[in-house]
Amino acid sequence: MTRLHVQLAAAAALACLALAPVVLSPFSVTLMNYIGIYSLVAIGLALLTGVGGIVSFGQAAFVGIAAYATAWVSALNGQSPWLGLLFGVALTCGVAAILGVVTLRLQGHFLSLSTVAWGLAIGFLFGNVDGLGRFNGISSIPPISLGSFALVSSAQIYYLIWGIVALVLLLGYNLLDSRLGRAMRALRGGNALVESLGINAFRIKLVTFVIAAFLASLSGWLYAHMSRFISPGPFDASMGIEYLMMTMVGGAGNLLGGVVGAAIVTLLKNSVQDYLPLIAKGASGQLEIVAFSALFILFLQWARQGIVPSIARYLPKIRRERPQPAPPLPRRPQPTPGELLLKVDGAERRFGGLVAVNNVSFEVRSGEILAVIGPNGAGKSTMFNCLTGALRVSKGEIVFAGRSITRDPQSRIAKAGVARTFQHVKLRPRMSLLENVMLGTYGRTSSGLFAGAFRLNRREEASARHEALMQLERVGLGDKPFELAGNLPLGNQRILEIARALAADPALLVLDEPAAGLRRQEKLRLAELLRSLRAGHLTILIVEHDMEFVMSLVDRIVVLDFGSKLCEGVPSAIRSDERVQEAYLGGVA
Amino acid sequence: MTSDIAAILAIDGIATGAVYALVAIGTVLIFTVTRVIFIPFGDIAAFTALTLAALDAKRFPGTGALVVVLACLATLIEVISLIRSGDIRLLPRALLFYLILPLAVVGIAWLTMRMDPPLAVRLVLALMLITPIAPLLDRIVFRPIADGTVLLLLTVSVALHFALVGLGLLFFGPEGVRTEPLTSFSTEFAGVLISGQTMLIVIAALVFSGLLYLFFDFTLVGKSLRATAVNRTGSRLMGIRPARAGTIAYLLGSLMAGVSGILIAPVNTVFYDSGFLIGLKAFVGAIVGGMTSYPGAAIGAVGVGILESFASFQSSALKDVIVFSLLIPILIWRSLASLHSEEEIEE
Repeated sequence: MTRLHVQLAAAAALACLALAPVVLSPFSVTLMNYIGIYSLVAIGLALLTGVGGIVSFGQAAFVGIAAYATAWVSALNGQSPWLGLLFGVALTCGVAAILGVVTLRLQGHFLSLSTVAWGLAIGFLFGNVDGLGRFNGISSIPPISLGSFALVSSAQIYYLIWGIVALVLLLGYNLLDSRLGRAMRALRGGNALVESLGINAFRIKLVTFVIAAFLASLSGWLYAHMSRFISPGPFDASMGIEYLMMTMVGGAGNLLGGVVGAAIVTLLKNSVQDYLPLIAKGASGQLEIVAFSALFILFLQWARQGIVPSIARYLPKIRRERPQPAPPLPRRPQPTPGELLLKVDGAERRFGGLVAVNNVSFEVRSGEILAVIGPNGAGKSTMFNCLTGALRVSKGEIVFAGRSITRDPQSRIAKAGVARTFQHVKLRPRMSLLENVMLGTYGRTSSGLFAGAFRLNRREEASARHEALMQLERVGLGDKPFELAGNLPLGNQRILEIARALAADPALLVLDEPAAGLRRQEKLRLAELLRSLRAGHLTILIVEHDMEFVMSLVDRIVVLDFGSKLCEGVPSAIRSDERVQEAYLGGVA
Repeated sequence: MTSDIAAILAIDGIATGAVYALVAIGTVLIFTVTRVIFIPFGDIAAFTALTLAALDAKRFPGTGALVVVLACLATLIEVISLIRSGDIRLLPRALLFYLILPLAVVGIAWLTMRMDPPLAVRLVLALMLITPIAPLLDRIVFRPIADGTVLLLLTVSVALHFALVGLGLLFFGPEGVRTEPLTSFSTEFAGVLISGQTMLIVIAALVFSGLLYLFFDFTLVGKSLRATAVNRTGSRLMGIRPARAGTIAYLLGSLMAGVSGILIAPVNTVFYDSGFLIGLKAFVGAIVGGMTSYPGAAIGAVGVGILESFASFQSSALKDVIVFSLLIPILIWRSLASLHSEEEIEE
């Protein structure tokens, strides 16, 4: 399957959509309208939940804010629905931004619970605020009009709704394939990964959250002017859960899943309403929600992935072309070989009463490979985390390239030119090798939300793609750039992490136990790669406990034991040092 | 607001909070043992009140039918999974626990009811009928996805709540109920009238939390539950079955929720869907305790009760808005607190 095939399929789908009102009955068209309106929310939720990993139970509240805002502007104050759109979108995005700033730093399920909380609070508000019709709602909302042409019938507003859905899908897929979109897709890999790439995770989460709210607000605006009447019911907590249901049924990782999920849930609900009275007379209202919830639970038990990803697995892969040569990305000024690059001065880190790192000082000079070694529990990992900003030192100072980074957050240290790898490999398994390495170029590129959504970033993307391919070739993984990272064996995954780090054009490469879990051949390959990088004047700091791997590779070694520096020197000196032997072997008999 | 009104509101709040506290403790219990945030405990509480009201009115409560339906479903699922895994010899045991026991409970309740039992017996019957529901739901709904993420379990739990609300309407009807007060005693303390019901609620909350504490600290089963909460794999290696620990936790939690339902029924009118807000507010309390601490959850729940009481004095329409808005700062505080501990665990 090539790109052309995908475009043809999309065109065919569009043509079917355009013909639908001609063929279908008015009732079916109305149903389609609801599907379109719900799709918008579900697409936003797919972006937020499936891509960004933020589960929100409160999207219905955003739909409600926009619907009430436009109803207030148009029905109660007699202004144009278009002004209502402006007001609704601005208000929704504003509320979302405030809620996001307050809650998006929350961890895991705390974050989802907070969405339950504000979803409920806002939902209760609609029925209880004076001037918004309380539980009776607001009626006689005017239709949307284009010039003097009012979109009154369901077939008329149909084209507006589905036009917006199609546009949102197009822009959404563009965005996901851009610099910002890749950052969003990295969010599920955890904060440590995202920040290590020089990406401000909180900012990306906030942008994703506001985009989802924006899509919900579009949905709310369309809903208010299509049904011409609103009441608190469609925006309450149960609707928030229904939106989540749509997203999960469709397949949260995929934007199209939002549309498919919205269609399935809406049609299913509709047929449940049709058939249940036949089975159980008089109790249909109650059974509807029971049947519905039961189906949802069954679905989550049997197909957690959702429908679109399950089907997509059987479709032929899209064939892609190897990236073409492009103008190189800007490089950072590299330090001259031999110059002082990193200076750790009296670093100390305490956890309560435990001193994990105690008054450790050492220097790294440009162009060398330095290893920090030590037995288990020596404080290597803590030292590493302090260097990369994952932890702050309790005392002491860390200076990188002449600037103190002691208090800097991880992403700023990464931007300053420190690129790292992880002891437990952190890759995005569902992204290709090329995309994983492109994540590394985040700090060297600049295109934002609009450039990504409207594809104004082509030149930069081509450069980033070419840079990523070059780094893949440099580490020897250049033959299959479109393979999924999760399919690689562990040894190659570590190498891929190094390629990603190299794509950031670092001044210092910091490797956390790169040889852990590797087979002998893989270790040899890794050592060879690191030597070739040193030959290219890259400075490397390795934290490792595999002595054999370290001894044959590095220029100098710093030995830690019980949090303190034991000694420092060239490998041969360290090998014969009695203190080191004692620390590793428990004393010479 | 005068000090008199403040005192009345505070006492009212403590009584409401004590009811939430019982549900909150059940929520923490389930979460620590199974990682499920069991939102439907509120529904269990409401169903207990509705069951008691039906018993008072000499009608056989819909809970009976609900238990029978769930027992049949659970048995079916258990039998299928046993046959699939080839553990046929476990079948009699499965039938005993998932079919015969629940049906026996319903049967006993049905027979006893014909004898026009006194209030005390009706209370026991209501609790007996309600306790099988959560363990059966656990078998049907949660056991197949026990390895899922907390978020998946939470999503399923929320969906389950909606199913239960629908079932509640089906089995109990739309009418609200208010049961007879358990006592007509009242006393005056520092110039404020305190009803016997309020005192009963607080005493019951204290007694049940105390019993739970004794159970956890002084019985082997209690200790095995705590072990499962701390480390599932580890306790499994010690011969504790997580599924069994989960069932016990659900039984205990249902009992707590049932008691809270009985206590709240004479004070507030309870509808089939009243459970959601009880469950959520109890849950807010549980979060204040970090979802791990029983005293923390109880204190948090009482705090929510007092807050709600004062909020409804300010604006009865917006009381829920106020309570849930205040959850956000609490969540932030808890998240910061737990972030700190996570960081230390990682090292």
